[in-house]
Formats: sequence, C-alpha cells, structure tokens
Amino acid sequence: MTRYFATGVAALLASTGLAQAQLNIYNWGNYTSPEVIERFTAETGITVTITDFDSNDTALARVRQGGHGFDIVVPTHHTIPTWIAEGLLQPLDPAIVTDRANIAPQWLDVAFDPGREYTVPWQWGTTGVIVNTSVYAGDINTADVIFNPPPELQGRINVIPEMSDVMAIAVYHAGGEDLCTNDMDVLRRVRDTLMNARQHWLALDYGTIEAFGAGDFSAGLYWNGASMRARALNADLAFGYPATGYPLWMDNAAVLADAQNPENAMRFINFILQPENAAGLSNFARYANGITGSEAFMDPDMATAPEIVIPEALIAAGRFSTACPQEITDLHTQIWTELLQ
Amino acid sequence: MHSTRHGWKWLLSAPALVVLVLAASGPLLIVLVYSFLTPGNMGGVAWVPTGEAWFRVFFKRDLFEPDVITWNDANLMVLWRSVWLSLQTTVICAVLGFPTAWFIATRPPTNRPFWLFLITIPFWTNILIRTFAIQEMIRNNGTLNTLLDWLGLISAPLDLLFTDFAILLGMAYVFLPLMVLPLYAAMEKLDFRLVEAAYDLYASRRRALWHVILPMVKPGFIAGSILVFIPAIGSYVTPRVLGGGRTMMLGNLIALQFGQGRNWPLGAALSVMLLVIVTAALVLYLRTVSKESGGPRG
Repeated sequence: MTRYFATGVAALLASTGLAQAQLNIYNWGNYTSPEVIERFTAETGITVTITDFDSNDTALARVRQGGHGFDIVVPTHHTIPTWIAEGLLQPLDPAIVTDRANIAPQWLDVAFDPGREYTVPWQWGTTGVIVNTSVYAGDINTADVIFNPPPELQGRINVIPEMSDVMAIAVYHAGGEDLCTNDMDVLRRVRDTLMNARQHWLALDYGTIEAFGAGDFSAGLYWNGASMRARALNADLAFGYPATGYPLWMDNAAVLADAQNPENAMRFINFILQPENAAGLSNFARYANGITGSEAFMDPDMATAPEIVIPEALIAAGRFSTACPQEITDLHTQIWTELLQ
Repeated sequence: MHSTRHGWKWLLSAPALVVLVLAASGPLLIVLVYSFLTPGNMGGVAWVPTGEAWFRVFFKRDLFEPDVITWNDANLMVLWRSVWLSLQTTVICAVLGFPTAWFIATRPPTNRPFWLFLITIPFWTNILIRTFAIQEMIRNNGTLNTLLDWLGLISAPLDLLFTDFAILLGMAYVFLPLMVLPLYAAMEKLDFRLVEAAYDLYASRRRALWHVILPMVKPGFIAGSILVFIPAIGSYVTPRVLGGGRTMMLGNLIALQFGQGRNWPLGAALSVMLLVIVTAALVLYLRTVSKESGGPRG
C-alpha cells in the first residue's frame, strides 16, 4: 500500500514538474529487472529511465561522444580498465555507497578495478553454447557445435556479436591457454576456424531469446542466463560448456564522470548492493550476482539450473579473462573485422 | 550602390546557408576526413593519415601474410546486395503501386480521401514494430509457416527469415506508400478526356496505357522511384531485423564498423561510398529521364 502511495506521489510530483529526481541508466537490453526499478522508485521517488545498448563497443562509443545524458553504465569487466583510463567513470562516493562490504570476497578486489573504487557487480556468468536438443542430440559441451557444426545445425546458428566472447572461445578451441596469447600459430588457427565456420552461421544477432524459443535458431554461442530464459520458452534448449575452455565474465555498474544526477546514481549503486535487490536482478536476468546473502532471495529453481550450476568436470575450463595488451587486441580486432565484413 | 544593395539581399539567405553548410557539409567533411585516418583503440580514430580504409573498401590483405591481396568480396557483396535489393524494391513498388494509385484516382472525388487515408494508416505505427510484425509472420514457427503446414502444402518450415527475400519483402512493404502517393498525385491531374480521345482514335487498351497514360504519370514514377530507391539503399532497420546481422546491407555494414567492428575510418569510407552511389544513381536517372522526355515519341 505504501509502495503504491509513494509511486502515486512520485507520479503526481513528476506531472506537476516539482520532482526533478531522475536517473538515467545505460545498460544491456532486456537486462534490468523492472521490479527492482519499481522498488527503487517507490523507496526514493527517483524516476528511472533505461536505455539499451547491444555491445560494449556501442556503449563506449556513445559515452565517449559526450552529451549522452546517462548516469549509470554497466560494462563488462574486460572493458572496465579502458573506461577508467579514459576518465569516463567517477569514483564511488563512500558517503552514499556504504555497503561495498556486501560484495562477495572473490569479487571484491578484482584486477579490472582494484579495491572496487569505481564499480560494483551487476551480474556475472558464462558464455557457452546453446543447442536445441530436439535437432541435435550429440555432445553439447564443445565449441565444435558452432565452429564445425554437424549438418543438422548448419545454417541454423546464431552467434552473439561480442568480440571478447567469440575470440575467447575460439582461442581456447585452437589450443590457446590464455585469451591474450601471442602465439601466431594459435591466432592463425583462430582466424581460419572462424572464417570457415561463418558460412554455417545464419545470423550474428543480439537479443535472440524469443528467436531461440520460437525455433528460428537451433544452436548458438550464447550467455548462460539468456539461455536459461530461452529454455523457459522451449524446454528442448540446453546450455553447454565447451570443454576446451569458455569465458567467465562480470558486468559491473558504474557512475559516469559526466553524470547529470551523480547523487541519485550513487544511491542506486548502493541500492543494488543490498542482497534482496541483487537477487531481484538475478531473478529477472537469470545470472548470478556476486552479492553475499542474495541466494536467500533468489528463485529456488536457479539453485539447481544447469545454466547456473557448472558440471564438476567442466568448472576448471571456465576462464576469467583480463584486458589484453594493445597489440593483441589489434590482432583480435582485425580477425573480428574480417569475420564481420 | 547597386552591387551593395545586391549584397544585402544575398545576406537575407545567409541564415539558411549557414544552417545548410554547418548541418550538412560540416559533418560530411568530418566523415570524409575520418575515412583517411587510422582506427583508434576500441573505436574512434587516431590522427595518423592513411589510405588503408579506402583500400579495405575494395581489397583485403591477409592478416598473417600481408603480401597476399585479394578483392574484398564480402564488402562488394554487401554493396551489390544493397543496390540490387533497392532496385528490386523500386520495381516491385512501382508494379504494385500503379494499379493502387489508378484505383484511387478513378474513384469519385468524394471517395478518394478515404482510400488515401487507408494508404497512410501504416504510418501510424512505428516502422520497427511493423518490421517485427513481419518477422513474426515469416519466422520458422510463424503465422505463414503454420498456415502452410496446416494446409498440408509444406512438410518442413520454409526458411524465409534472415534471407534476401525477407529483406525484400520488408522493404517493399515499408516503401510502397512512398510510391503510391506521388503516383496518385500525378494521376489526379490526369486529363481522362485524353484517354477517351485515344480510344476514339482506335487505340487499344495497351496502346492507351503505354502512349497516353504512362507518359503523363511519368513525373509520379520518377518522384516515387527516387523516394523509394534512396531510403531503400540506406536501409538499416529492415535488414537489421529481417536479415539477422549476417545478411547485411550497406547501412548495417556501416553501423557495424562504428560499433563492434571498431573501425571508424572504414565506416566513414563506406558512408562516402554510399553517398557517391546515391548521387551517381540520381544524376544518371535524371539525365536519362530528361533526355527521353526531350526526344520524339512514336
């Protein structure tokens, strides 16, 4: 009741032009729990506007231009050093962001943001393969499903257009230990594998949960949470962890240096550090969140979902990548550009 | 004195000229300059001049063996697809648009606004939503495949989505009103007594169509074709939604270079390419048309 009242008051204030309390979030599409946002607005009276991006590159390009009007951005870990180095983020305000201690120990002092000076966890997950098991019944814990697809999957594959994910799986598949390997033989194999695989791909699209559910695609390179949401639409869909290696990633919320509403942004950052709210984000997007105590508020089916619980034998194959040195990134970019042309 | 006054008059148009120069030529100049620079770290440009972007529009160099140079068939394919699909869209719109416009123009004047109103109804809905509606209809388990399956005409779903055909269908649908409206405008002014005169002089229906009606509504065809072809070749939304990111057109290829492709100079070079193609097509078209209309008619 109070919640409805508060929302009503907020709406009233907004309509009479009295309330200037606003917050603009720039996040991946279909990733922000509407319920958590409603709760935030009810608690604070701050009106939230969400704008989508479809890749880290898009987000970076838009924010660099300035004049974007966003307060919060949610980039992936490996791009965070670039965001910080270019002065695009502002340090979190310890007076408002008081609950950084809620971050789970393994996510607290991370290489991409030592001491969590700029960012807090949003969601973390894995990138693997999604397969429609009614079309293909073979082993799905392999990247060959995408790179050397069996005839029944050829021409029915979608690959997410995110360079770091695609490159990482391809490098591991080609025998590279580290995403940032400078072994030219490995990189040449990566290039050849990808260029050869591309003819079997139907699309390189983002935001395809419904398309997988509807059977437009039968296999793909995909994120675990999105795959779990697709499985909710179509029970034949399964998520596989390539045994040769697959990336672990974390998206992180940060306040932009040129935020129009920095104080509201800081309040939101602290808001999502609360276990209940972090769990709300997970219940919507279907990824883990890195906040201690959030498990208690998460949907019970997430505790056992095969997209969340990695099989024992495949845990070691998951690798957390760092940002690569410039000359390696240049090589990756050139392979990527060739692939996408 | 006279020249001074003339100068002052000229100044009256200065605000418009300033806006035109700043808003049109300015950004265009930036695009042109960017096309001769080096890609920056994770997007953007580094101020190191090079012709590499232009080279890569047409050719590609092997990453591991830089001496091996081949045609950039991927880019050229996208280029060709854009031109070809846009031409097809223009022809389809003309073929479908002519009878539609004819039908409306031959209704009693009081009924015409109603039929025109029907043509404009699609504009009420955002193009993105209409394109997603088409996606919903032609996808594997979509309306069309379900219907054909139910009728027993197909055993496996037709792969329609993410093909050239899907893009063509979407574009023809989206741009059809842009052909119908100028055609109607031309036909509305048509003097039907001339058609009757042709019949009186024993012209067959086909002859009347080819030698009387079509020449008179030609301005409508020209305007309609330009209105369809130019936005078609620069399409972004339709190929993005119905082409799936692999079956691209120029607009998508350009957007890709500024986003995930991380190659702004190449994107800039491709943008200039697009502009050149559109301008060339327009000039060529207008020239052919003006020559034809000047010549004798048999």
